[in-house]
Amino acid sequence: MGESRPRPGSPHGPSHTEARRGPRYARDPLGLRRALSDRLLPALVAAMALLAALALAGSRGAEALRERWQQGAAAAVTVQLPPEQSGRMEEALALLRGLPEVAEARAVDQERLRALLRPWLGEVPTLPLPAVVELRLHSLSTDPAPVAQRLAEAIPGAELEAHGLWVARLAALARSVQGVALAVLALVVVVAVAVVAVATRAGLAARRQAIEILHDLGATQGDIAGRFARRIGLLAAGGALAGAALAVPALAALSSIAAPLAGGQVAPWSTLPWLDLALLPPCAGLIGWATAQLSVRRWLRRLP
Amino acid sequence: MVRFTAVGLRYPSPDGRPGPEALADLTFTLPEGSFTWLLGASGAGKSSLLRLMHLAQMPTRGEMEVLGTLIRPERRGSLPALRRRIGVVFQDFRLLPYLSAYDNVALPLRLAGRSESSLRPDVTEMLRWVGLQGKEGALPQQLSGGEQQRVAIARAVVTRPALLVADEPTGNLDSHQARRLLALLTQMNRLGTTVVVATHSEELVRQFPAPALRLDQGRVAHHG
Repeated sequence: MGESRPRPGSPHGPSHTEARRGPRYARDPLGLRRALSDRLLPALVAAMALLAALALAGSRGAEALRERWQQGAAAAVTVQLPPEQSGRMEEALALLRGLPEVAEARAVDQERLRALLRPWLGEVPTLPLPAVVELRLHSLSTDPAPVAQRLAEAIPGAELEAHGLWVARLAALARSVQGVALAVLALVVVVAVAVVAVATRAGLAARRQAIEILHDLGATQGDIAGRFARRIGLLAAGGALAGAALAVPALAALSSIAAPLAGGQVAPWSTLPWLDLALLPPCAGLIGWATAQLSVRRWLRRLP
Repeated sequence: MVRFTAVGLRYPSPDGRPGPEALADLTFTLPEGSFTWLLGASGAGKSSLLRLMHLAQMPTRGEMEVLGTLIRPERRGSLPALRRRIGVVFQDFRLLPYLSAYDNVALPLRLAGRSESSLRPDVTEMLRWVGLQGKEGALPQQLSGGEQQRVAIARAVVTRPALLVADEPTGNLDSHQARRLLALLTQMNRLGTTVVVATHSEELVRQFPAPALRLDQGRVAHHG
């Protein structure tokens, strides 16, 4: 037992590097820092987090558009008086304002009508135009049919046009977009779970002997699974943080492109789903942690 | 105390079917605080028996009691705490290659939840005792075979286990180191540790006379 003290740098002596590495590796007896690469898994999770952010933003955007269209257009109803009845505008307004279903009724002046028609018809000063009244009903669910009937009885030829049909179609389209976005999100979660499970299996294969040694020395399944889960959860959260950071400029650009649909120019940063983006890293970390726990505990069942 | 009653162990064959019995009808008792040599030719089943004793393997039949606890496979949750009371010197050392000698020896203490500040004196003292002072930071691949074996021995005894099983612990040691190791084991035995040492060395057995359990083709051929 009388070996001489090793000289620094000798093949049998501790190098300064190893001595410095000691405390760090002491906290990692399974060597997971090397077995579970801090590049591949975070990169894959970052890509999935980017996809998830786009899907979430798509879902939120479609929902916002649907609400805007329904609130803005579903309550808007147009009444047309034929040219021969255009002199009865005040009578029509009085009738409409007296109906319980109507929240607001106002005449559209002829100049505005001509301006609206100009892109299609050009300047047609002699064209007779109908008198038009814009109505706003009290609620989205109000049935415009009784209003149309009362109006037709009082002013023959008067027509009421509700925009419910095309609003319903647009809303259905928006719901479809939202559904697709949520399906993409679910798919991303499933793929993330699969990627983490594969990474965990690779780590288990690389550290099989170390796990068996720790097991024989009295480590509990919870201890071993917890070490894997913490490492993988951390890598997944880090990857998701990078993915969320990448998503910010992408979503801002998409928001600028979609601004006309949302009713005009808005500051792109104000419309980003910041809460969703902030929740991505902890959610990814949780998915990684839980998947690793399950995978490792299942694997450890083969040990006594 | 270690008590085996009609214990058998059968490893699965490569095709998944049960293979022949590696151990059969083992019935013996090792009293608490005893020192026992485990003898037998290669393939007699010494390593398998030690694996059963330190709970790395469950018997396929029979009844096994280790440190006063009846081992039941269905109560796996209680086994880790029991394993932490057992020190093991593996035949192939089984050191973690990316951990320094210090961290390998400290591993059982850390698994037992000891704080960093409290384990340092014990680990340092144990490494000094096995003659590895100054090599605390060395990785296993930077150590000779004998030095690695001494790290494995230090790791097995640092927790002052109630049961110590050693599989050919002197295989890579010179005669001086082997006698020094046996002195350590007998010293631990005097302090109450039950010690079981598997060896091929008849000379070592002569130098440290103690009861022996001899295996022959997986069965107890002699005990006493």
